[in-house]
Amino acid sequence: MKAADPPVPVPRKSGQPGQPESATLAGTPGPTDGGPARVTRKRGAGPLLPYLLIAPTIVAIGAVFVWPLIKTVIMSFQDVGRRELWTGEAAPWVGFDQFTNIFADGDFWDVVWRTVLFMAVCVTATMGLGLFLSMAMQRMAKGVRLALTGALVAAWAMPLLVATSIFRWFADSDYGVLNMVLTKYLGLDFRGHNWWLDPKQGFLIIGAVVVWGAIPFVTITLYAALTQVPKELEEAASLDGAGAAGVFRFVTWPVIKPVFQMIATLSVIWDFNVFGQVFLMRGNKPEPEYNLLGTYYYEKAFESNSFSQGAAISLITVLLLSGVAVYYLRQLLKIGEVE
Amino acid sequence: MSATAPSRGTFRPSGKSPAYRPDRKRGSRHVYNVVGVAAFVFMAFPVYWLVISALRPNSEIRSYDQTLWPSSITFDNFQRAVDMPNFGTAIQSSLIICGSAVLGGMLLSTIAAFAIGRFQFIGRKAFMMVLLAVQLLPPTAMLIPIYIQLNEFGGLNQYWGVIVLYLVSTMPFATWMIRGFVVNIPKELEESAMVDGCSRMGAFWRVILPLLAPGLAAASIFSLINAWNEYLLAYVVLQDNDKYTLNVWLMNFTTSRGTDYGALMAASTLIAIPVVVFFMFVQKNMASGLTSGAVKG
Repeated sequence: MKAADPPVPVPRKSGQPGQPESATLAGTPGPTDGGPARVTRKRGAGPLLPYLLIAPTIVAIGAVFVWPLIKTVIMSFQDVGRRELWTGEAAPWVGFDQFTNIFADGDFWDVVWRTVLFMAVCVTATMGLGLFLSMAMQRMAKGVRLALTGALVAAWAMPLLVATSIFRWFADSDYGVLNMVLTKYLGLDFRGHNWWLDPKQGFLIIGAVVVWGAIPFVTITLYAALTQVPKELEEAASLDGAGAAGVFRFVTWPVIKPVFQMIATLSVIWDFNVFGQVFLMRGNKPEPEYNLLGTYYYEKAFESNSFSQGAAISLITVLLLSGVAVYYLRQLLKIGEVE
Repeated sequence: MSATAPSRGTFRPSGKSPAYRPDRKRGSRHVYNVVGVAAFVFMAFPVYWLVISALRPNSEIRSYDQTLWPSSITFDNFQRAVDMPNFGTAIQSSLIICGSAVLGGMLLSTIAAFAIGRFQFIGRKAFMMVLLAVQLLPPTAMLIPIYIQLNEFGGLNQYWGVIVLYLVSTMPFATWMIRGFVVNIPKELEESAMVDGCSRMGAFWRVILPLLAPGLAAASIFSLINAWNEYLLAYVVLQDNDKYTLNVWLMNFTTSRGTDYGALMAASTLIAIPVVVFFMFVQKNMASGLTSGAVKG
């Protein structure tokens, strides 16, 4: 980090970590004739510097992500019950039994399709609304924009636990505002309507919390990305006769694309792993037709104390999602982001 | 879904076009204002409901005839919320845990982002892929191994156990976010600072860091909100009542006799305030255009 201060303004190609410029501090010319001890030390630090910078991150990720993942893999090939979990006794190895059991379970496939569908709808709604709102924010009057930003932040700041209880309360058949508004202000007869009888309607409510909770992050991040679009380019494009769609496609989109893809990928992951919203909405015990992979995992692992089944399910979830990751990584490689 | 947004209106971002197309521009601005107001209502209504329920008398909360406006304002709910045991210690826990997690996370993320944004080194690509891949792992799905491991290291019921979990779980995303800003800072800026006599460290402090401010602001908001609102990990790791964070403390309002909605809403309102304040505080740093003029001008 300290190896700097180039004596000559050598035009460097991007990213050659301090090779020519590792001279001494006072600008002593050239790495060859400085104090020998110092120079060798700094020369050594040059190529190592980036590794030193990422070392703490690697250690942290290894401890919190990689090791538990390895543990999960191990557990999914064993049969870990309560006793083995708490006493640390060696659990018996069962090979692929956990996986064959899960794959033979018809419920599991229902849950998988439901999760995929739910995720697709939520991500499309979140990203579409988020992009539309962030672009609209650039164009609305300042007062409206500030009010909207305030609302977004306030919504973002609301804990999931609270947001979910509020939405659950909204949809309550007797005390709910939703039925009240639909009946009183829109003239529809929704008095005492139970939103949870039909899972389609129920998932509408759950999806509403998920999308509502995700919009602030998406909108604010995209808005921040949009501010990096050079105004002059947009102006030049529209002066040259590009329509709004053209400006977006050729000027705006290329700039925000990396951020957009990143957020979309994250949304896929988050919505695929939705747990709290369903769990809290359905009174800590979702009915079978409300199970998503997250709650299904929880049910297997903690309700029936089959920790290995749970581990196997989370492993399957991770494998399913890795398809998304591979797609995204390939996109990044294609556009040269990672170079 | 992406193409619909711009084609809705005929707005032209040009500063010069109003001269010959004043009406169209004003017209579309109104459209966007209407969109903004509609979005505001959609986003704000649950928040409004939160605050209004905290302020209305308890008898109105469980009523068959819900009204959009309370008949009278009361602070009883806040009183009950504040009187709930362990309110003070929960604030303290949340502040310690979230403060450390955000500060530590920003430090690690910034140096890692700087490394991958500025240097070419073997393993850089692999590291970036790891950063991305670990975000695929649902932390709740790995609850059991994480718990066992924290137990082995003596991190259970300790602040640092939660701090480490929060810090690391938001770090990959923060690193990616900050890296995006590092890449956008022209290398020439740093180089000219070093030509002018800054050390690399000095160039980083005086040139890079100020320009990273929007990225750091965005990333710290993200980390803070995640840490502040998380409850499952905190609930599992912390065991003493006086170590619980605010979100775990919130669960006190739901007992076997039912939920005290009024007090829960009041407490949630109190909890949300610091995040909103923090956001307002850093938000002006998120303003843009810092880099675009610096090299040309």
